[in-house]
Amino acid sequence: MHIVACVKQTPKSDNVKIDKETGCLIRSGTESAMNPFDEYALEEAVTLKEQAGGRVSVITMGPPQAEAVLRDSVARGADDVYQLGDRAFAGSDTWSTSYALSKGIEKINALHPVDLIICGKQTNDSDTGHIGPQISAWLNIPNAAFVKKIVRLNEKSIVVERLTEDGSEVVELPFPCVISVVKEISNPRVRSIKGRLNAKRATITVWTADDVAADKSKLGIQNCPTRVVKSFVPKREITSVVVEGSNGKEKGAKLVTLLKEQKFI
Amino acid sequence: MALQDYKNVWILAEVQRGKLSPTALELLTAGRKLADDLGEKLCAVLLGHNVRPFAQELIDYGADIVYVCDDTQLENYIDDVYAKTLADMVKTYQPNKFLIPATNRGRALSAKTAVFVGTGLTADATDVTINKEDGQLYATRPTFGGNLMATITCARTRPEMCSLRPMAYEKAKKQAGRTGEVIAVPFQREKFTSAAQFIEFIKSNEGGLDLSEVDVIVAGGRGLGKAEGFALLQKLADRLGGAVAASRAPVDSGWIDYRYQIGLTGRTVRPKIYIACGISGQIQHTAGMSGSDVIIAINKDPNAPLMKTAHYAVEGDLYEVIPAMLEALH
Repeated sequence: MHIVACVKQTPKSDNVKIDKETGCLIRSGTESAMNPFDEYALEEAVTLKEQAGGRVSVITMGPPQAEAVLRDSVARGADDVYQLGDRAFAGSDTWSTSYALSKGIEKINALHPVDLIICGKQTNDSDTGHIGPQISAWLNIPNAAFVKKIVRLNEKSIVVERLTEDGSEVVELPFPCVISVVKEISNPRVRSIKGRLNAKRATITVWTADDVAADKSKLGIQNCPTRVVKSFVPKREITSVVVEGSNGKEKGAKLVTLLKEQKFI
Repeated sequence: MALQDYKNVWILAEVQRGKLSPTALELLTAGRKLADDLGEKLCAVLLGHNVRPFAQELIDYGADIVYVCDDTQLENYIDDVYAKTLADMVKTYQPNKFLIPATNRGRALSAKTAVFVGTGLTADATDVTINKEDGQLYATRPTFGGNLMATITCARTRPEMCSLRPMAYEKAKKQAGRTGEVIAVPFQREKFTSAAQFIEFIKSNEGGLDLSEVDVIVAGGRGLGKAEGFALLQKLADRLGGAVAASRAPVDSGWIDYRYQIGLTGRTVRPKIYIACGISGQIQHTAGMSGSDVIIAINKDPNAPLMKTAHYAVEGDLYEVIPAMLEALH
C-alpha cells in the first residue's frame, strides 16, 4: 500500500516568545522541528508499511528550510519526500494550504496510486485541525479525524477508532481516504543510524504551484479566504488572596474556612 | 450574489447520542448577540435522526428559525454525509455568518464544509464580534499555545465560518413564550453520500463524572511528581462532589489519560471551583480553565504564574495542604 504522510515544520516549543509591545513573534532563537502531532502520523504510516508492505511518501509545504523536516522524515522511515516550495504558497490559510497539499497528493498519486493519507490532528503553532478534513474535501474522499487507533486494515479499506468527547466511534473507510491522528496512535521511534544516513543522501523533490497544476487564484496571502487582522498578547486576570499560615497544614485548613465563609462549598 | 445579500446568523446545534449538546446553548448566546448587532435573524441547524423535538427548545433559548434535516442516514456521524448536507443547506439558504462548536466532530465537520462551500473558516475562536463599520465577523482565537491571540476575518466570501470553543460562552437562558419558525429540509439520499461506514460507538469506560458538567474540578500538574498523586486529588474531588483533571505534563508523563487534559490542546472547562495542584499555570493550561468562577492554586513555588492570577493562592506542598483540607472538610 502507498501511504502519504503530511508534515509541517513548526517552532519546537509552543512557549514561543512574544514581543509584548508589538505582539509579534520573536523568531530568532526559536528552533524548528516537525510538528509533534505529525511525528505520530509519520510513525503510524511507517508502522503500517512494515505490516502491510508498500511505501511511505511524505509531503510538506514550506520555505526552503522546511526541507529539514523531510530529511527527518527519511530518517524516521519515509521512502520518498516532496516539498511544495513556491512564493505563491506563502501566507496561505488552512483552506489554501489544504488545496495546495491536495494538488501535491494528486501528483504523487499519478506517480504511485495513493491508498491512505495521514495527517497529525493539528499543528502546535496554529491548532486548527483543519488540514486533514479539508484535504479529503478537495479530493472528495472519505475521512476521519481524531483517530486514536487502527482497528484493522485490509487491501481495500481501513477500520479506525476515533475519539469523541464521550468515548470513541469505530468507522470503516475504503481507500483512498484521509485520517488525522492523535497522540495515542503511536510512539515515535528513535531514528536509526541507517535512517540518518539515508536522510543525508535523500533526494528532495521540490514542486512549484505550476508543477502540481494548482490554481494560483486559490493560493497565498492575497487569495486565501481568511486573514489575520490583529494579534495581541492575552491579558491575564489579577486579584489574588494569599492564604496565610505557618505551614501547609494550617494553610489547607484556612483555605477550607475561607471557602466556607464565601459559601463556595 | 453580492455579499450583502447573505443574511442571518447560523449556529449548528450539535446532537450527540440523542442528546442536545450543551454547546448549542453556548452558540445561541454568541449568535444572538451577533444577530442583534446585525439586525438579522438567529437560525439554528439541527442534523440527525429524531432531532425534530429539539427545535422548540432552541427557539426557547433564542433561535428565530430552526432548520431541521432529520433522516436515518444522519443517525451517526459520517464526515462526508454531514458536510455535504450542511454545505447544501448553506448554498440554498445563504447565511451571513455560521458558528459551529469546536468539538471533535465540529472541528472536522466545519473544515470539510468550508471547502465544499468555498469559504473561510476560523478555528476554535474564543470571542466573536461584529465589526461596526463593515459588518464583518471578527473571530479571535489563541495561537502559538495561547501565547498570542489572533483576530481573523474573512472579507470576500460568505458565510464567514467559525468554530467556537466549547465553554467560551455561557449557556443561553430560557425565555418563556418565545416563538419561531421551524423549516424542514429534505435529506437527499442520492446526493449526500459517503463510501465510509459507521460501525459502532464505544462509550468511555473510564467512568467518573463528565468534566464539562461538574461544579468542582481538582486538577494536578507536574508538581504532583507521580501518578499516585491523582489518588489524593480524587479523594478531595470525591469530598467536594467533583472530578479530577490534569494539565499537560502529567498526561505527557503517562500518569493520566489524555481525556482529562485541560488546556489549549485538551478540553476547556468552566466549573464553579477549580483547584490547581502543582500546576504552574502556563497559558497552555489557563486557556482551558480561566473561565472558572473561583480558581485556587496550590503550589510550592510562589512565583508560579497561576499563583499571581488565582483567586486564592496557597504556597505549600500539596501533599500537606490537601490532607489538611480533607481533615477540615471531614
